[in-house]
Amino acid sequence: MFSRAYKTVVTAPPLLWVTVFLLVPYLLMFCYSFWSVSPQQVIVHSWNLENYKDLLRKTVYWQTLLRSMWIAARVTLFSLLLGYPLAYFLSFNAGKRKDLLYQMVIIPLWVSYLVRAYAWKTILGSDGVLNTLLQYVHLTRHPLDFLLYSPFAVVLTLTHIYTPFTILPIYAALEHIPRNLVEASHDLGATPAQTFWKVIFPLSIPGVVAGATFAFVLSLGDFLAPLLLGGPSGIMISNIVVSLFGAAYNWPLGAAISLGMLTIVVSLLFLSERLEKKWSFS
Amino acid sequence: MDGAQSAAKPTLLSIRNVAKNFGRNAVLRNISLEIAEGEFLTILGESGSGKTTLLRIIAGFESASSGELWMGTERLDHQPPYRRRVNTVFQSYALFPHLTVEENVGYGLRVAKRPAAEIAPRVAEALDKVKMTAHAKSKPSKISGGQQQRVALARALVNRPRLLLLDEPLSALDANLRRQMQVELKSLQREVGIAFVFVTHDQEEAMVMSDRIALLRSGELEQVASPREIYNRPATAYVAQFIGHTNLLKGDVRGGVVHCGSLEWAASLPDGSALFSLRPEHVRLAGTGASADAVVRVRGQVLHQAFHGATEVIRVQCGNGLVLVVRTRSGAGLHQDVELEFSTADAVLVRESPERN
Repeated sequence: MFSRAYKTVVTAPPLLWVTVFLLVPYLLMFCYSFWSVSPQQVIVHSWNLENYKDLLRKTVYWQTLLRSMWIAARVTLFSLLLGYPLAYFLSFNAGKRKDLLYQMVIIPLWVSYLVRAYAWKTILGSDGVLNTLLQYVHLTRHPLDFLLYSPFAVVLTLTHIYTPFTILPIYAALEHIPRNLVEASHDLGATPAQTFWKVIFPLSIPGVVAGATFAFVLSLGDFLAPLLLGGPSGIMISNIVVSLFGAAYNWPLGAAISLGMLTIVVSLLFLSERLEKKWSFS
Repeated sequence: MDGAQSAAKPTLLSIRNVAKNFGRNAVLRNISLEIAEGEFLTILGESGSGKTTLLRIIAGFESASSGELWMGTERLDHQPPYRRRVNTVFQSYALFPHLTVEENVGYGLRVAKRPAAEIAPRVAEALDKVKMTAHAKSKPSKISGGQQQRVALARALVNRPRLLLLDEPLSALDANLRRQMQVELKSLQREVGIAFVFVTHDQEEAMVMSDRIALLRSGELEQVASPREIYNRPATAYVAQFIGHTNLLKGDVRGGVVHCGSLEWAASLPDGSALFSLRPEHVRLAGTGASADAVVRVRGQVLHQAFHGATEVIRVQCGNGLVLVVRTRSGAGLHQDVELEFSTADAVLVRESPERN
């Protein structure tokens, strides 16, 4: 058994870290969300529920939140649709190229987020790579303007950025499936398609849930992609928070929105953990 | 239950010149074997002998590098595993962890899209046969290894395959449960009348359960025969040593007489060297058994002695470097001088087993 002193020494730094950089800021945010800003742009420490009432009253916040969730939902869907087959291929069919392909999934994660976002700007812009190509081959006569500064651009970019986050947990779940279960299924007369739907997919659900949670939560809180590529119609809730803490100088309202998002995210994490537990059997 | 009887039954599966290479490594070489309807055939071999590979080729999880599998007039090796009327009981059972015992057993019938009205009674019957009805709603992780094994068996048998493959299914069980399952498995096989191909490295298990044993060594069939025949008439030195214990006697034949250490007996064999297998229980202390016509007698001194309950095993130094292992009921004291005898008919001529690999 470890001594008391040892335990204290080992646990103190992480506890301190979490307290200073997580608990205290959240507590401050919590307090701010009940304060207000005076007309003289001074934060008044008078406790009230005005910020939360504002949230419920003003449709712009609701609409932006719903749009953000809709964007995040599409990103999640597309990431899964792209990520699952790739993870499946990696786990079951890649053979000797497995390590190489795995690295190719990982490497984009090392590239700066900004670089990847700007790359899409270069591709999707009105005189960008894609539009130039489309006009060159005479598929279009004018640049397509929905490509950039639109929810489409945001969904596309976020899907690109967060797909590796869905591939990895799905791949891990698939790798965990004993291969003799697949053989047993074939042996009992199940075709490859039946085997996939009755054995492989159900056993990979924990990975799918984890991947979906990553994609949804990360893209819901994203503010760079909508800032750089979203345009007015692609604004997301984080952009509002950023502006409230910045130019608009309304920290209390910003804190209230942040706490609302935090509640959504924590409930989602809770739900996904329940789902993962329900579908794991080892 | 002898070789002749099984051979009289019609052939179910015919394995013709099957070979398997993994890269440069030859795992199976030129295997030809006929499996009869309703037969209990054991593929016996040490680890690395290729026995599991052969089973996986029959199941369809591996393809043979050359050779053919025929089931009646159907070329089996061209069919994917899910079209073969062959089911497997896996070594680690391979039960689906997300399905209940009942759902596991019904899996084959469900994917074959049998009507629900047929599935339920067949699953119930299969569970009953392996005495697992009480656990029908449990998940595999909640039942013991022995119970998982029964479920795996029910899951395979419920599909009424023509051939059931069993890949060392008893190896994970403890000794007592294992012996009990050997008996149960054998009587279940008689009851359902399905041909079993059973893979094991345990020669005792093979002897107890099989109609015939196919002994595999380094990817080649050493001998295929009934347990009785393979024990009494081993074809090679390897078989004689692998199945039970034996005295291997290397002799010289000159003019119809075998010379082996201090032993000599008449045999109608061509001149040259010859190898004989003599089972320890076929050697007795002189005067303790009924004397047959042609007996060989030899004197020696007891070197070592071990009590085995019903019998005693003694090692006797017979001079000229010859040591005979004798299984006897009468026993003999250490360092005692004894006279041994055996019938020449019990010294079985075997082929040498050359080193492979």
